[in-house]
Amino acid sequence: MPNPSWRPSATFHALKARACLNEQIRAFFAERGVLEVETPALSQAGTTDPALASFSVVLPEGRRYLHTSPEYPMKRLLANGSGDIYQLCKVWRDDEYGRRHNPEFTMLEYYRVGFTYQRLMQEVAQLLQLLIPHLQPEPDILTYRESFLHYLAIDPYTASDTALAACAKQQGLEVQSDLSRQAWYDLLFTHCIEPNFAPDRLSFIYHYPAEQAALARVKQEQGYWVAERFEVYCGAMELGNGYQEQQNPVANRHTLIHGNQQRKTAVTVDERFLSALELGKLPFCAGVAIGVDRVLLCRLREKHLQHIISFAWELA
Amino acid sequence: MASYNTSEFRSGLKLIIDGDPYTIVENEFVKPGKGQAFNRVRVRNLKTGRTVEKTWKSGDSVEAADVMDREMEFLYHDGEFWHFMATDGSFEQVGATEAAVADCSKWLKGNEICMVTLWNDAPLTITPPNFVELKIVETDPGVKGDTASGGTKPARLETGAVVKVPLYMEQDEILKIDTRTGEYVSRVK
Repeated sequence: MPNPSWRPSATFHALKARACLNEQIRAFFAERGVLEVETPALSQAGTTDPALASFSVVLPEGRRYLHTSPEYPMKRLLANGSGDIYQLCKVWRDDEYGRRHNPEFTMLEYYRVGFTYQRLMQEVAQLLQLLIPHLQPEPDILTYRESFLHYLAIDPYTASDTALAACAKQQGLEVQSDLSRQAWYDLLFTHCIEPNFAPDRLSFIYHYPAEQAALARVKQEQGYWVAERFEVYCGAMELGNGYQEQQNPVANRHTLIHGNQQRKTAVTVDERFLSALELGKLPFCAGVAIGVDRVLLCRLREKHLQHIISFAWELA
Repeated sequence: MASYNTSEFRSGLKLIIDGDPYTIVENEFVKPGKGQAFNRVRVRNLKTGRTVEKTWKSGDSVEAADVMDREMEFLYHDGEFWHFMATDGSFEQVGATEAAVADCSKWLKGNEICMVTLWNDAPLTITPPNFVELKIVETDPGVKGDTASGGTKPARLETGAVVKVPLYMEQDEILKIDTRTGEYVSRVK
């Protein structure tokens, strides 16, 4: 039977803007001598990040996972001496669907050898200013702790769980679930801090709580353990997540194993990635992953991802 | 007990929250790239009509409310209950309390086809037809020929409702009223 919903969800204007965006990204990295690479989308190992769900397919010889980001194989290339690399690819995240989430989306992930995360933040700002021309020139830069102090007058590192819950209530949030300490952080950050970020301007938040380090390095800052990790926002919308990459193989193994234990369903841990760090050597580097669809959303001042994705999830 | 996972949330879904039935008005998925996902949901309390915002951790389950809308005809008021009968030929009847009928009672004289919202098979709210036709039982005498001044006067209807009508309307005339606004629409016949 003919299906009336065969047409794309995006306008032709949006499709052309995406093609232009991809060209600009490739030109940006070509100028800087960063090599474009491709790595497998369907891997024998899954992400162990407890907050991410991989799609998987079952083959006669076992399960394979669609990547949620190309981080593990790109780091295998880096450990093998690739130097600066970038990848523009589709990634998949199960259970993520909404105005700003499509389970299949395009990611730009790149690594700069010898860069500090501060230097990478500057380069990311240059790239995003190029891709979203109407942005105001100077980004706002705040630490995670400063953002809580500034917008909520609460110190995330010293406040008790009860105080975090009371703060949410005071902000008018009616929370129906039991939340862990990290979930209270995420709730306050997404619901009460992000909406304050200046529109049409980049905001960088850095020094996340050490518990949220993932594969970033951690250090002590003013008596607190923080992750050398940053997030970049355009207005209230999160666009990317960057790290001073953790080179220590023991710390990387601990993060993967510990994360896998916290998951509802454990995945196969990427031993080839861990071996690359143990037998090879990940150079001192900083890396970032940027949601390209959201960049396009900002560039076109659109509100819903379905308007800039040729065939959004329901039409795919 | 039936329940819904947050991934099933969409507009119109009926939930029990703190013992009361609610309907989802709007559901937004909120998630940091690295971190906890949430469903930020605008819900309307079906008892009070109030809309509030609630947040759940994604993946949680919420009890489903057995709420359904049913087209029913108003039969009569026995002093305590307002009786309605299903229009689907089943002849099933339900009795609605004063609280469920609420303001709707002022538009009902008998035989109106209403939308009855049932919670666990008991009437929760009654929505009258958008338009009803009712007779004026009391109003000031009509001002002859005044069809242009736009002035109005109060008129009491056979159900007890009081609405504003044009100055030329007389007692015993029949009006068409929009129940959503409570306003006079036209004269009937």
